[in-house]
Order: sequence, then C-alpha cells, then structure tokens
Amino acid sequence: MALLDKHSVIEKNATLLLIFSFAVVTVGGIVEIAPLFYLENTIEKVEGVRPYTPLELTGRDIYVREGCYVCHSQMIRPMRDEVERYGHYSLAAESMYDHPFQWGSKRTGPDLARVGNRYSDAWHVDHLTNPQSVVPESVMPKYGFLSNRMIAPEYIEDRLKTDALVGVPYTSEMIENAKADFAAQVDPDGDYEGLQTRYDAKVNVRNFDGKPGISEMDALVAYLQVLGTMVDFSTFEPVASR
Amino acid sequence: MSKKPTKKQEVETTGHSWDGISEYNNPLPRWWLWTFYACIVWGVGYTIAMPAWPIFKDGATPGLLHSSTRAAVAVEIDRYAKANEGVEAKLVAADLTAIAGDPELADYTRNAGAAVFRTWCAQCHGSGAGGNAGLGYPNLLDSDWLWGGSIEDIYTTVQHGIRNTEDGDARFSQMPAFGRDELLEPAQIDQVVQHVRKISGQEYDAALEAEGAVVFADNCAACNMEDGTGDRAQGAPNLTDAIWLYGGDVKTLTETVTNARFGVMPSWSFTPEGGEPRLSEAEIRSVASYVHGLGGGE
Repeated sequence: MALLDKHSVIEKNATLLLIFSFAVVTVGGIVEIAPLFYLENTIEKVEGVRPYTPLELTGRDIYVREGCYVCHSQMIRPMRDEVERYGHYSLAAESMYDHPFQWGSKRTGPDLARVGNRYSDAWHVDHLTNPQSVVPESVMPKYGFLSNRMIAPEYIEDRLKTDALVGVPYTSEMIENAKADFAAQVDPDGDYEGLQTRYDAKVNVRNFDGKPGISEMDALVAYLQVLGTMVDFSTFEPVASR
Repeated sequence: MSKKPTKKQEVETTGHSWDGISEYNNPLPRWWLWTFYACIVWGVGYTIAMPAWPIFKDGATPGLLHSSTRAAVAVEIDRYAKANEGVEAKLVAADLTAIAGDPELADYTRNAGAAVFRTWCAQCHGSGAGGNAGLGYPNLLDSDWLWGGSIEDIYTTVQHGIRNTEDGDARFSQMPAFGRDELLEPAQIDQVVQHVRKISGQEYDAALEAEGAVVFADNCAACNMEDGTGDRAQGAPNLTDAIWLYGGDVKTLTETVTNARFGVMPSWSFTPEGGEPRLSEAEIRSVASYVHGLGGGE
C-alpha cells in the first residue's frame, strides 16, 4: 500500500515519530484507562457493606500474609452448584473495600466468600489449629502458631490511613479510635458501643479464640466471621446487564 | 505460510543498510496475519453482542444478545426448584414417620439429605457422619443419642439446634461447672470421676469410688439418673456405655466435671432479618430423614 510505504518518512523524522507514537499510545491508554472512571457503575448499590474494623483488617492482613488466597477463593460465581453450596453469588460491592481483593483463582479448599457466621469460633480455632482434627481428609496446613503470637495495634492508625488514601471511607473518627476499637472487639464485657456506632451495630464482639489477650488467631477468626455477612440482601435488586 | 527463500537474492530488503548489514522485508506469515485481523473483528463484534462498556449508572451496555450470567443462574435455580416442587410439597405435608415408608420420599430424602449433610453438617459431624470424639461432635451412625434418635427428635434437633442463642426453641441444658464454680471440692471431683469410671466399666480406684458414688447421687443423678444412663429430655449423656463425646479417661472426665461442657449446634431454621432461612423446611426434613436412615435411627 502506498500509504504504508511512506513509513520511511516517519522513521527519518524524530518529531513526527514522537507525535505519531504518542497518538498510538493515547488510543491504547484511553481504551484501558477510560473504563476505570466508570468503575462505580459496575458496583451494585446495596446497603450494609462497611469498611473492616481494625481487628478484622489485621486478620485480613494475616490471611494475605499466610497466603490463604492461594488455596481459597472468595468469589461465588453465578452458577447453580456454587450458589446452592456457598450461598448467594458474590457482589462487586462486597469486595469494594478490599485492597487487594481476595477473589483468588484456585480452590484447593472451599470458597470462603460467605464463611462468616457459618461455623462457631471454637470450630474455627480447632480447625485452624489442626484442620485434620475436624476434617480428616483435609490437606490444609496447621496454623496453631497463630494462637501464640500476641499482637498489639502499633501501626493500626497508619494502616487505616493507607486504606483511606485509596478510597476506603474510614472517617477521621475511626482512625483516631483505631487502637481502642481494636481492643474493644475482643472484649464483650468492656465498652464496645463506640466501635458499633462507628462501624455497624452487627459487628461481632467476642473473645474469638476463647483465650486471654489478643492473638493473631483472634484477628483471623474475626475476619473470617465477617466474610460475606455484611450485605443486606433485601436491598439488592439484580440488574439484567451485570 | 511464507516459504523459506532458497536464495538470498529473491528476498526484498527494506533498503536500510548499516555497516553493510541490510534488513529483509519478509512479509508476516499469512495464517498469523489473518488470525490477527479475525481477532480484531471478533473483539469488536463481541463488545456489540455482549455486555461490555460500563457507561450506564446501573451497569454496562447490555449487548444485542442481552446475555447475563446472573439472570441465567436465577432461571437455572428456578428450573430445578420447579422440578422438585411436587416432591418437596409432598415431603413437607407428609407425616415425619411416613417418609421412610414412601418409596418416592425415601429416595428423594436419601439423595437431597445427603447433599444437605455434606454441605452443612459434614464440617463437624464428618463427611461419613462418624462425628468427632474428643472435640464433642457426636457420632450420628450409632444408636447412642443425646437428645433422642426418633425421626421427630432428629427433626427437632436439626430445626432448632442445641444451646444456640439465635433460636428461642433450641434444645437447652447446662451442666454446672462443679470445679470452676466451687460446687465440689477437688477431692470430691476425683472421687466422682472414679465412680463414673466404674459405671462405664473401666478400671477404677475402689477407695475413691465409694465416696464418689455418694457425690454422684447428690450432684449428678438428677440429670444423669441414679444409674448413670442419662436423660434424653435434658440431653444428659448415658455414662454407662463406652461411647464418649469428649473422652472417658481420668484427665478428660476431671476436666468435664470441673469446667462442664457446652456443645452448641446451630439452628437450621434460623432466618436472618429480611433474609431466607438457612435451610428450607423440605431440606430440614430431608437431612433429618437422611440422618435417621444412617443406621442409628429409632
């Protein structure tokens, strides 16, 4: 083609080459970046989804650190067998405060998107300590050491601020009270009213591992017990185009 | 396919030459080039036919085919619900004791109940329903029942659960923590443990046991009965058989008497506010019938 034969002109003119290169990259950039500005449109408007409490967020960091996502997905696909087994299919709104999301891509173990409130805390502690004690056929490693690792919320305010920076709606009040809220969630005898006012009245306040002190086990179980329980499905209306 | 040139002279060069090195102007392999063009056409066609661009307030462009996995799964679930509607209505209306005798219901509950069991019950009771002795998850295969093994008893247990806080009708009983709450002296606990060892047919210390029998009669017999055979109305276990929920060795028995046990089972008819019940009536009946049919049903 005659037009394409003229590429030698571009190749010999640095300014022209720059202009045309820029034009090509711009098209690619628009196609990839522009849809991100409309990301909000893909998230269902449902009620109930809130940012994680400081303790849950810490548990989530442990979940990521231990690589749980390598074997457990958190994404119930809209397929009958998955919905029958795990519950309502996952909504985009449910992972909108996840940075990074934990959808995963492989299920050596079951999906955990709706594991919250499905088992008791004691079951989770037994299972994490020695998975084979409750599920003999399981190949999951043992995580009993989490019970011995006590944690203090030293950097929890910074942790919340970081998430706030990327769009999680942590209020300044939440950030200021992060340390207090962290401790309040494992003490059902203490004053946890502030925690519930700031986050949600449904926030689980329990001594999750049943032992004194706040261990990584407490944090991880607190995180597992809230998974998939936030959305109020009475406010969810399926839209055909999703 | 482009052919390998037999002689170098046959191939055009681009005309570029650097230090005597020139560049061939070979054409792209045809199969590759046409696949590339086909992909572009496919890509454009796909965004027109399928949901693609998220430019609307409530989602993306619907696409000419109006494809939606969420709508499809709703249809699919509906289809199976309709297919099972008849037998489930019959199951819900049937007398619990009549299920096993009706071939259609027996067949349905054996399969549906097994599916429910594997999904919701296996984590504690084991995928084979053998329970988990030591952790306090009862074996459902044997004929030793805490709260009763008739189909009605199993149904009620599944429906409301045991000692949970979410269901007002949950089965409830609480053993006192005799040691922790200082209802018995440590010495008395040692004695009563020896008595329990005796009635369960294990080795025991005769000297301690004599005192233990008195302690048992005064403190334990009200629920576990004089002879230790238990009381299903209160979920008090039979202590005379060799079947243990937590263990029958001295250490475990001492722990049980000292701090008591408080095994919890969820309520499966529990309905969260504005939501669906955990299990439907038909599912509860199916799994109750399945468990009843495992071997220990009465």
